[in-house]
Amino acid sequence: MTLTVNDLRVEFDGFVAIDGVSLTLEPGRLHFLIGPNGAGKTTLVDALTGLAKGSGEARYRTRDLLALASHRITRLGVGRTFQTATVFEELSVLQNLDIAAGVHRARWRLMLPRRGTPEQVAEVLETVGLTDLAEKPAGVLSHGQKQWLEIGMLLVQDSSVMLLDEPVAGMSAEEREETGELLRRISPERTVVVIEHDMDFVRRFADVVTVLHAGKVIAEGTAAEIREDAEVQRVYLGEDA
Amino acid sequence: MKKLYPYVGWLLLAIGLLVLAPAVLSDFRLGLLAKYCCYAIAAVGIGLAWGRGGMLVLGQGLYFGIGAYAMAMHLKLADAGPGGVPDFMALYGDAAVPGWWEPLRSGALAVVVILVLPALVAGLLGLAVFKRRIKGAYFAILSQALAAAFAILLVGQVKTTGGANGLNNFQGFFGYALFDPANKRMLYFLAAGILLVSILAMAWLYRTRFGELLVAVRDGEERVRFLGTDPANVKLAAYVIAAVLASIGGALFVPIAGIVSPDDVGVVASIGLLAGVALGGRASLLGPAVGALLVGYAETTLSEAFPGSWSYFQGALFVLVILLLPGGLAQLLGLVGRANAHRGDSASDHSPRGVPRGKRGETEVSRSASEEAAAR
Repeated sequence: MTLTVNDLRVEFDGFVAIDGVSLTLEPGRLHFLIGPNGAGKTTLVDALTGLAKGSGEARYRTRDLLALASHRITRLGVGRTFQTATVFEELSVLQNLDIAAGVHRARWRLMLPRRGTPEQVAEVLETVGLTDLAEKPAGVLSHGQKQWLEIGMLLVQDSSVMLLDEPVAGMSAEEREETGELLRRISPERTVVVIEHDMDFVRRFADVVTVLHAGKVIAEGTAAEIREDAEVQRVYLGEDA
Repeated sequence: MKKLYPYVGWLLLAIGLLVLAPAVLSDFRLGLLAKYCCYAIAAVGIGLAWGRGGMLVLGQGLYFGIGAYAMAMHLKLADAGPGGVPDFMALYGDAAVPGWWEPLRSGALAVVVILVLPALVAGLLGLAVFKRRIKGAYFAILSQALAAAFAILLVGQVKTTGGANGLNNFQGFFGYALFDPANKRMLYFLAAGILLVSILAMAWLYRTRFGELLVAVRDGEERVRFLGTDPANVKLAAYVIAAVLASIGGALFVPIAGIVSPDDVGVVASIGLLAGVALGGRASLLGPAVGALLVGYAETTLSEAFPGSWSYFQGALFVLVILLLPGGLAQLLGLVGRANAHRGDSASDHSPRGVPRGKRGETEVSRSASEEAAAR
C-alpha cells in the first residue's frame, strides 16, 4: 500500500523542522531516509505517526494520517520503531510480542489469560531470531536484540508500512548484517522506510534513498545516484567538521 | 509450580483470616481486624491502579466515602423504618428526608449505588483525566484534591450528612441487630471473605492479557500508543475497578466501625490507605492486602502504647519503605526466594522495579561479552 506525502510542513514555535516535503513511499522496496543531524528525518516519522503536528497531507488507504491519533494510525497498518529501543523491559519477549499482536484480537479477549504461544507470535519469534529468548524479560536483551524485538512487534502487527528510526545504530557489524538481511526478507510485501546514518549500510541494502536537508528533500534515487549528486556532496562535506 | 506460588500465600492468608483469627481473637480484636479487612479491600484496588497501573491514587478516600456514606444512609433510613426520619435529621434538620436520600431506603438499591456510583464517578473522572494525558504528580494531586473537596462538602452539609460528626449509631444491618456479637462475627466473615475473593479476582486479572497490557502501560505508556492501543482506556478500566473495590470496603466499614465521618474519607484517610499498599508491596498480589492489615494493626497497637503519635509512625514508615524497600515486604520475600533457588525468572512479575539479575548466562549477549572483556 503506497503512502503519499504531500507538501508536509512541521513547525515548532516558529522553527520550521519540515519545510514542504513530498514523498512517495511504495511497497516492495527498502527505502532509506538519510541526511545530516537536524535534517528532519525523525520529525518526518513523528508527523506520520501522530507524534508531531503537521500540515499538508499524508494519504494512506484513503485516510490522511495527519488527522489521526497515534493508536489509530497503528491500527491502520502504519507502525514505527524508536531510535532508543523502547520495549517493555519487565515483560518477557513473548509478552511484548503478544501485546503488539493485540491489535488483531477482539477486546473481550483481554479478559482471558494467554495460553501458550500464539501461532503468529511463534512465526515472528523465528523470523527475528529470538525464539530461544522468548521467556526472558525484554530488559536483559542486548541493544541489537531489542531492536529486533521492536521490528518483530511491527511484524506481528502485520504493519504494511514500517518506519524504522535508526534500527542499526549501536549494533556490531555482524548484527548490522543480520538486520539488513532481515529487512530485505520482510520488505517485498510491505513498505519499509529506514532512517540511517551509516552510509555503508545504506549502500549495501537500499533500493531507494531520499536525502533530507534542513527540512527539505534535496535528492532521491539509488544509492549510486545519490553518491554522484552534487548538492548531496556539498551538504555532507559542508557538514563534516 | 512457580505459578502456584501466590496461591499458596493466598491459602495461608485465608486460613489465618477464616480459621485462626476467629479462634484466638476476642470479639473486640476481631472487630478491629474486620475494620482492617475493609481497608485491605480498598488496598487491593490501589495495588491494581498504583502497583500495576502506575497511577498514584492519592484520593481513594473519595470512593471509600461514596460506598461508606451510601451504606450509612441506607442503615439510617432502615433504622428509622418505613417513611421514618433518621434521628440526627430530627435534631439538626427540618425533620424531612431529602429527596436524594429516598432511593437508599431500598437495600437492593443501596447495594447498586455502592457498586455503580463509584464506577460512574471514576469513569467520568478518568475519561477526562486520562484522555487528556494528565499523569504523574498532576494526577496524584488532582485525585487528592477531590478527596479533600468531598470531605469538605460533607462537613458543610450538617443537615443531610451529619457534618463533621458523620453518621453513626446504627442499629441494624439488613435485618440483623448490630449489637449482637454473633452478627458482628458474621460481619467479620463477610469482610474477610470479600477481601479474599477480591484478591482472587486480582490474581485472575494479573494473569489475563489485560494484566500484561496494564503493566506495559505503566512501563511505557507512549509505546503502547504506537502499538495501536489507547493507554487511556486501559488505565480507565484499572481505575474504575480500584474505585469500586474502595467503595465496597467503605460500605462494609460502616456497620463494622459503627460510624463514618469526613475524617474517614479525607486526605489523611486516603494516605492511610496508601501506606499499607506501599508497605506490603504495591505490585505484588498479596502485598497490598497484607500491608493494609499490618498497618491497621500497627496503628491500633502503637496508638494504644503512644497515644496521639500514630501519624509520626505512619510518616516514618512511608519514608523508610520508599527509601529502602520500594517493592515493599513482597520485595523481601522475593529476595529470599531468589537466594533459595534459581527461580528468579518469574519473580519479575511481582517486583515493581528491577528485573532479577543472575542466572542468565548463555542468553545475555551483551553481558557475557563485557564479562569476557573484563576477564582479559
